[in-house]
Amino acid sequence: MRSLEIVWTLLVKDLRIEWRQRETLASVCIFGLLVVFLCDFAFEPAGAEALRLLPGVLWIAFVFAGILGFNRSFAAERENACLEGIRLAPVEPGLIYLAKLAANFVFLAVAEVVITFAAALWYNFSFFPAFKDFVTIVFFGTLGYVAVGVTFGAVAANTRMREVMLPVLQFPVAVPIFIGAIEATSGALKGAPPNLYWSWVRLLIAFAVIFAVLSFMLFEFVLEE
Amino acid sequence: MPPDRNHNDSGLEAREVSKYFGDFPALKRVTLRIAAGECALIYGANGAGKTTLLRVLASLTEPSAGEIWLGGRKVDRRTVALKSRVGFVSHATFLYGDLTVEENLVLAAKLFGLSSVRSRVSAVIETFGLVDRARQSVRSLSRGLQQRATLARAMLHEPDFLLLDEPFTGLDSTAVASLEALLRRLPSQGKAVAFSTHNFAQGISIAHRLVAVERGRVSYDGPVASAPAEYSLRAPEAEVARS
Amino acid sequence: MIQFSKMNRTSWTSVHALVTLLWILVALYLALIYAPTDVSQGNVYRIMYIHVPSGWTAFVAYLLVFLGSVGYLIRRSQTADDLACAAGEIGFIFCSCVLITGPLWAKPIWGIWWTWDPRLTLTFVLWLLFAGYLLVRGFFINPGRAALLSAVVGIVGFVDVPIDYMAIRWWRTQHPQPVIFGGPNSGLPFSMLLTLLVSFGAFLCLFFFLLRRRLSLLRMRRDLSHLRRELAED
Repeated sequence: MRSLEIVWTLLVKDLRIEWRQRETLASVCIFGLLVVFLCDFAFEPAGAEALRLLPGVLWIAFVFAGILGFNRSFAAERENACLEGIRLAPVEPGLIYLAKLAANFVFLAVAEVVITFAAALWYNFSFFPAFKDFVTIVFFGTLGYVAVGVTFGAVAANTRMREVMLPVLQFPVAVPIFIGAIEATSGALKGAPPNLYWSWVRLLIAFAVIFAVLSFMLFEFVLEE
Repeated sequence: MPPDRNHNDSGLEAREVSKYFGDFPALKRVTLRIAAGECALIYGANGAGKTTLLRVLASLTEPSAGEIWLGGRKVDRRTVALKSRVGFVSHATFLYGDLTVEENLVLAAKLFGLSSVRSRVSAVIETFGLVDRARQSVRSLSRGLQQRATLARAMLHEPDFLLLDEPFTGLDSTAVASLEALLRRLPSQGKAVAFSTHNFAQGISIAHRLVAVERGRVSYDGPVASAPAEYSLRAPEAEVARS
Repeated sequence: MIQFSKMNRTSWTSVHALVTLLWILVALYLALIYAPTDVSQGNVYRIMYIHVPSGWTAFVAYLLVFLGSVGYLIRRSQTADDLACAAGEIGFIFCSCVLITGPLWAKPIWGIWWTWDPRLTLTFVLWLLFAGYLLVRGFFINPGRAALLSAVVGIVGFVDVPIDYMAIRWWRTQHPQPVIFGGPNSGLPFSMLLTLLVSFGAFLCLFFFLLRRRLSLLRMRRDLSHLRRELAED
């Protein structure tokens, strides 16, 4: 019970800070929109071509928005060594991880809603036919991506050039997410029978669970000095 | 972990603690015990190891060698609960700039698992003269007011061992006087205090015990009254003149 | 008779160097002269005896990075951290070797330098994981935390490899069968298999030789820094 309370307290704290600096969230959303926008120039998709490119474009935008989010999430903690302040309290490090995971998930989810909405508009595409599957795929894909991103964000916060270091660490590890999420999304959006892309969703779920548990266990070493 | 019979249960100890940052030795086999009712001044030049010593005692920094014992138990990863017996004031404020003073304190109170969050928070806000500022965001406060909030945060859970690293930084004369009074009062309430300051005269007017740190070692540890004269000679005026 | 028990570290290293050299010569003989010319690929295929063992050795290296990282987190032994660091550096070289010899082999056979086939993709991901691991090791602000945090990176990366492998395989199912354990048509004749295994042995021997040298260099650095510390303490 106390564990849940602590995670909740830390999550509320993060979301409150997020809300006070909503310019950050707004800029991340705009950045995501720009990615979609630039892809439009790069590929000039039209008709069936648009449907083929859309999943990739969406996930590229999600992935870049996410990276910005993870970096910023630990910048707020670094400012006055707040993470150390939390470490002074009798709080298990794994709980700090779970709270960060939840906060970054919410942050990225908001950005994803904005990006998806814009993409639907610009690509003249309706997400409604496959809405439930699309949401499931994005949910687990994002969860897995954030599960690794929080850990590497905390690691990269200790390095020089952290803004570059984070994607260098994060992207190779997140390859299964990219593949699985893009394949599943394109299956779902094309209206393929679910059994054709559902194995990708299972891969996303497995990835999310494995890396959330692993990071939960490793986070005390990330925070240790 | 069986309690250590050879030692009084109430102390916070560093046993043979060394800390290296790469090749740089910040602490070299330091053994030190701070017991209830004591007020110790950790004194030394810049870079002597005062901050590292206090951070190691607060379990923020893992020693490269040696152990930290608290209340007769060795501090390690399994003794998370012991952390609520220690309070620490560092150079960094540990406060979120985007939250108000009150929100920061409520957060800390919840993390420490205090039962009466609201009343404790309003009590420390009162004590540290932050009533007018409680609803302002920390970022909008001056360094001195932030320092008061930091002190309030450290005192929130009424720690048995209060460690303060340069706590007087940025405080105005009223706040300095009340902090001095607090540091003098705590030992008589059975608490232990260890603090560092560059102002030697001010330090020894508060502390009964002097722990002099020189290049990572404790060079003197004993009553302030019997400290060698050299320490007072090296202190504040000389240092200010040099800088 | 050589008195093995009396041999010191230096002479063991010399023995290791000699064995490595001889083994490489044997492997070269097998690869260039003994092994038959491939019916369809001609002599070009012989690069396989460098390409495939490098890849396997890179995987062994990554396993050692993982073991060293876990060992460091659990026991806090500097040797474990040294092992992870050295295996990471040398593994990176072997992995790069795979990525260089791969296109050299692919161009004459497939007519293209590169294709995103599962094994190529996985090797590239492995190379990226090595590179990330080494970069992060080099960029820590506080050296005291380097071992700890790079161990975390090493473990997360290692756990990721099999998942990467599965994902990439499913992604591109239209790829050539694995060389040995694939379908009946891809089986190697005994002479080629023997050559491949002897080459793998030579590469492993070379890998462990380099690993020893790197470890002893790291140990010397550490000893030196201990001496500096002791001097600083006096």
